[in-house]
Amino acid sequence: MTHPTFATGLLAACALAVPLMANAQTPQLRVLTYDSFIAEWGPGPQIESAFEATCGCDLVFEAAGDAAAMLARLMLEGARSDTDVVLGLDTNLTAAATEAGLIAPHGLTPQLDLPVAWDDPLFVPFDWSWFAFVYDTTRVATPPRSFADLIDSDLSVVIQDPRSSTPGLGLLMWVKAVYGDQAGAIWQGLAPRILTVTPGWSEAYGLFLEGEADMVLSYTTSPAYHIIAEGDETKAAALFDEGHYMQVEVGGIVAGTDQPELAAQFLAFMTSDAAQALIPETNWMYPAVTPEGGLAEGFAALPRPEVSILLPADEAQALRDPALAEWRDALAQ
Amino acid sequence: MRWRSEPLWLIGAAALVAAVLVVLNLGALGAVVWRAEGSASLSSADWSALRFTMVQAAVSALVSVALAIPVARALARRRFAGRGALVVLMGAPFILPVLVAVIGLLAVLGRNGIVNEALVWLGLPRFSIYGFHGVILAHVFFNLPLSVRLLLQGWARIPGEHLRLSSALGFGAVARWRHIEGPMLARVVPGALTVVFLICLTSFAVALTLGGGPRATTLELAIYQAFRFDFDLGRAALLAAVQAGVGLAALLALARFTLPEGASTGMDRVAPAPPGGLAKGLDALAIALAAAFLLAPLAMVVIKGLPAVVGLPAVVWWATLRSLVVAGLSVVLLAVFAAALTAASLTRKAPEALGMAALISSPLVIGTGLFVLANPWIDPARLALPVTALVNAAMALPFALRALVPAARRAEADFARLSAALGLSTAAHWRLVLWPRLRRPAGFALGLGAALSLGDLGVIVLFAQTGSETLPMQMHRLMGAYRSGDSAGAAVLLLALSLGAFVAVERLVGGRDADA
Repeated sequence: MTHPTFATGLLAACALAVPLMANAQTPQLRVLTYDSFIAEWGPGPQIESAFEATCGCDLVFEAAGDAAAMLARLMLEGARSDTDVVLGLDTNLTAAATEAGLIAPHGLTPQLDLPVAWDDPLFVPFDWSWFAFVYDTTRVATPPRSFADLIDSDLSVVIQDPRSSTPGLGLLMWVKAVYGDQAGAIWQGLAPRILTVTPGWSEAYGLFLEGEADMVLSYTTSPAYHIIAEGDETKAAALFDEGHYMQVEVGGIVAGTDQPELAAQFLAFMTSDAAQALIPETNWMYPAVTPEGGLAEGFAALPRPEVSILLPADEAQALRDPALAEWRDALAQ
Repeated sequence: MRWRSEPLWLIGAAALVAAVLVVLNLGALGAVVWRAEGSASLSSADWSALRFTMVQAAVSALVSVALAIPVARALARRRFAGRGALVVLMGAPFILPVLVAVIGLLAVLGRNGIVNEALVWLGLPRFSIYGFHGVILAHVFFNLPLSVRLLLQGWARIPGEHLRLSSALGFGAVARWRHIEGPMLARVVPGALTVVFLICLTSFAVALTLGGGPRATTLELAIYQAFRFDFDLGRAALLAAVQAGVGLAALLALARFTLPEGASTGMDRVAPAPPGGLAKGLDALAIALAAAFLLAPLAMVVIKGLPAVVGLPAVVWWATLRSLVVAGLSVVLLAVFAAALTAASLTRKAPEALGMAALISSPLVIGTGLFVLANPWIDPARLALPVTALVNAAMALPFALRALVPAARRAEADFARLSAALGLSTAAHWRLVLWPRLRRPAGFALGLGAALSLGDLGVIVLFAQTGSETLPMQMHRLMGAYRSGDSAGAAVLLLALSLGAFVAVERLVGGRDADA
């Protein structure tokens, strides 16, 4: 922990005195993640105790809302950041962190079970899923099999705003990656089907569960929650023939860390069996490495799309502004 | 006119509070600008966001206050069993977290809501809440209660003698309106309009969710995007400055149109019986319609969530405790802020305007600015709860001043000469003259402060760390983890807690009959 001046150092020392005295011997690893990761029912608490059992360190999770807020916080802190590891960015956001020089190479070569190739030197995936429209099988008899099907249907969908939500941004990339120059026309076709656009995933999923809309943009793994936690088999994801865009959640070592080895150890732990076995039923995503015990039945039985789509991080960033303009023009009419 | 000199310490205290508010608002914005690199300009999408923001805020304010007039009048002059409870309950939408209120509203007016079920049953087409009208409807749902309370206070300040005289003179409804109610409203309505306008100015979740898409983009959403996805602090600061400029213009307009309180002393006598007949029927209708509109969604929230309350996980109860501590601290700060600025505004206009200014800043900008200010000095996570209490107090201050300042000025206009002539000391003047007249608005203001603080999600998000979650955060977290059942339970807890805190503080400070 380095502070620019004596005065600030003194202030910080006073504020930090108690925990420092308590943990004078054990190094501290600060991991910045999104809010639902550290919830009691999220992966955070179990990962913390499992990692602390092996590392001889004190793992501290900090949360800043969602992935985008996390990135904003990291950028705000800049070089003064005390954060050692950032966990939970998705590939549509990593380019900004890379460009700002915030992330150091991890030097790891994990054996991943992703449907796409992965060789990013800065970020290690820890879980992933496909974006998909989730519906209620008791209300929608024949789900659409493509965007064209959806446009021709009379179904109502709720989506998230790509300007404030990562799933919303994922859908934007999905349409852009599949349809390229035609993306604007697809959005115009979708416009009458879109009941409303919410700021975040929670609001959209809430509206869907309340029966406001027939479908909601979520993940192919969302039904697993309802099957495993609630014994409810009525939720399903509509599989599209064009393929599905992926969300890959990654971790990276913050360049300014004073614990580079511990940070790399933590990222390696995140792809180890101990952590990966926890992911599916706490984060409701596929683990990046299939655990030795395999997936729970609710996950294993989920239908999987045949085509997986993922734009490279720099391409996703370059496409974002033009795609956003198309989206806004099509939906704001 | 000044009838007594102010003690120096009072001016000092007011100046100190003013300084805190300025740092909170301008300092936060300044910190964001300082961290920004390069310049920014407004795009055409920003201009349409500005237009939409202003139009929806203006329409929301007009509709809320217009509807509040008959409701407040009916509540002010009728006495019936359960009136006090009704007034309190009807205030609940304003203190609810946005997400909870929207869910309640949708349970009544959504696609499968009660209203649409009834329409289908009657063979009529379904009504869709999504669109511009949905945004207005939701904003009226939030702000009608506040408008009613602000107008009720206006009615409560009409001296009973005026009503007795008017009834002795045989005034009809028109004459009463022209000579008593109209002049009172001319003093109260501009303030109420401005407050609602300023609240709706920074709305974004409601506007976007019910507005049906990017047509309903507000400036606050554009600020959010600039911060989080573009990390363009210059743009965020520019947009925040534009938003603050609109709010400032509204405040200046308010100052221009605010009429001074005339000396029209009353002796706190009981008002005569209100007119019966048609007027009574219309009053009953106004109360019934407003109660149905405001209470049905609340009832739906309770019905959905009540079964889940008992089984809520322990972390929710810890978050509840933390929220109560924050709310308590926030109320104490609010009391200090409000007392200093009210005292200082007996003879000046500036303190009130300064207190109102908290409403014109984007909560997102305040949160980020404070983060930037705190970060070099201290781990911001350590400040999460105190900062939340401070910002909550500043955010509630405008409402507190709306309630307190007119009442204080009225009391001063009525009694300052008499009290000076009698040679009362400043302390005795406050204790015997002002406090009995400020007690009720003070109870309302602090109760509101407690409730708003309990429901606030706002600034804490950037600062958060494990172990500093408040109840609204925990509720959002449940909702973000598919646990809509537990989240509905937490919503009921939050509703009960907010209402309970409001009533408890209002009764404690305002006395037993503090219902208007």
